[in-house]
Amino acid sequence: MSSPESGSYDATEAAPHGKPRATEWPLWEVFIRGQHGLSHRHVGSLHAADAESAIKNARDVYTRRNEGLSIWVVEASAIAASSPEEKGPLYEPSNDKVYRHPTFFDIPDEVGAM
Amino acid sequence: MSDPLFEFLCRMGDNTLVLGHRVSEWCGVAPVLEEDIALANTALDLIGQTTLWLNLAGEVEGKGRDADALAFRRDVWDFHNVLLVEQPNGDFGQTIMRQFLFDAWHRGYLTALTGSSHTQVAAIAEKSLKEVTYHLERTTDTVIGLGDGTEESHKRMQSALDRLYPYIGEMFFKDAVDEAMISEGIAPDPTSLRAAFDSLLDEVLAKATLTRPDGTFAHKGGKSGQRHSEHLGHILAQMQWLQRAYPDATW
Repeated sequence: MSSPESGSYDATEAAPHGKPRATEWPLWEVFIRGQHGLSHRHVGSLHAADAESAIKNARDVYTRRNEGLSIWVVEASAIAASSPEEKGPLYEPSNDKVYRHPTFFDIPDEVGAM
Repeated sequence: MSDPLFEFLCRMGDNTLVLGHRVSEWCGVAPVLEEDIALANTALDLIGQTTLWLNLAGEVEGKGRDADALAFRRDVWDFHNVLLVEQPNGDFGQTIMRQFLFDAWHRGYLTALTGSSHTQVAAIAEKSLKEVTYHLERTTDTVIGLGDGTEESHKRMQSALDRLYPYIGEMFFKDAVDEAMISEGIAPDPTSLRAAFDSLLDEVLAKATLTRPDGTFAHKGGKSGQRHSEHLGHILAQMQWLQRAYPDATW
């Protein structure tokens, strides 16, 4: 800061490391559809006061290198998620059901990516 | 007076250079990460535009100076940016208010420049306009959000507006360089853009619950280079010291 009048933020506004600040904005999850991507992919999260500014922040934070064509944001608290502790009952039953995978067919080359 | 076209191009480039450098001072110290990156993006856009304007200026001048030579080897009195852009960052609100006022002028001016009789000027304006449209969108939202925010943010935005208001007039002031550009169809009459700026300003300030200050006093002297504020010298000292100490140093 070169100017005699350049201000800086009061250190008392800082929060202890690892703790959110009292005035922290809500957390948003960001999904971006890239240049060649078919669907939106989760790229990360950010803080913003509302949906509109979340999209603008996503544009600035996650599309600086021309990554995106379309942005979705969703407030993290609105996402219902499965619990990691239920991993066994939820996913293990599918381990031994190999016939659910369509690996027994020959795909002709002309079909391309599926 | 030097070639008016050269002078006009330097003004365009100096505005974006000085403001770009100012905004870059926030890099790493903005109040939140998202705003930090957004400000850095804005600064980079402005520096990119500077390169285009000042390279063209050097070409028009024909003395072998490029954008770097013009940016790093001129002293305060040769810079012809408006006084608004060299004003200190202050707090975040003051930075955003300065940016909003500049963006609002910049978008109107660039829009007019896309119809310039000079094809390179029109091309630079068209490229810049996309970036500046986004800058204005962002600063408009932020001015409204902070103005119509908490008591504290409202107070800070109002004092930023009160402080920066007298710097608006210079952006719409017309002098001999402008006259020359108007007569050649290169650039618009700056005074003709004031009405649209004012109505945008009124609209945004109303939404932001901010009060437009009275008075028509306007600081002048940046655009002509006759009287910069003390702040420009500090900016140049930081921006130019490396090229001054180690001329032609490269990475």
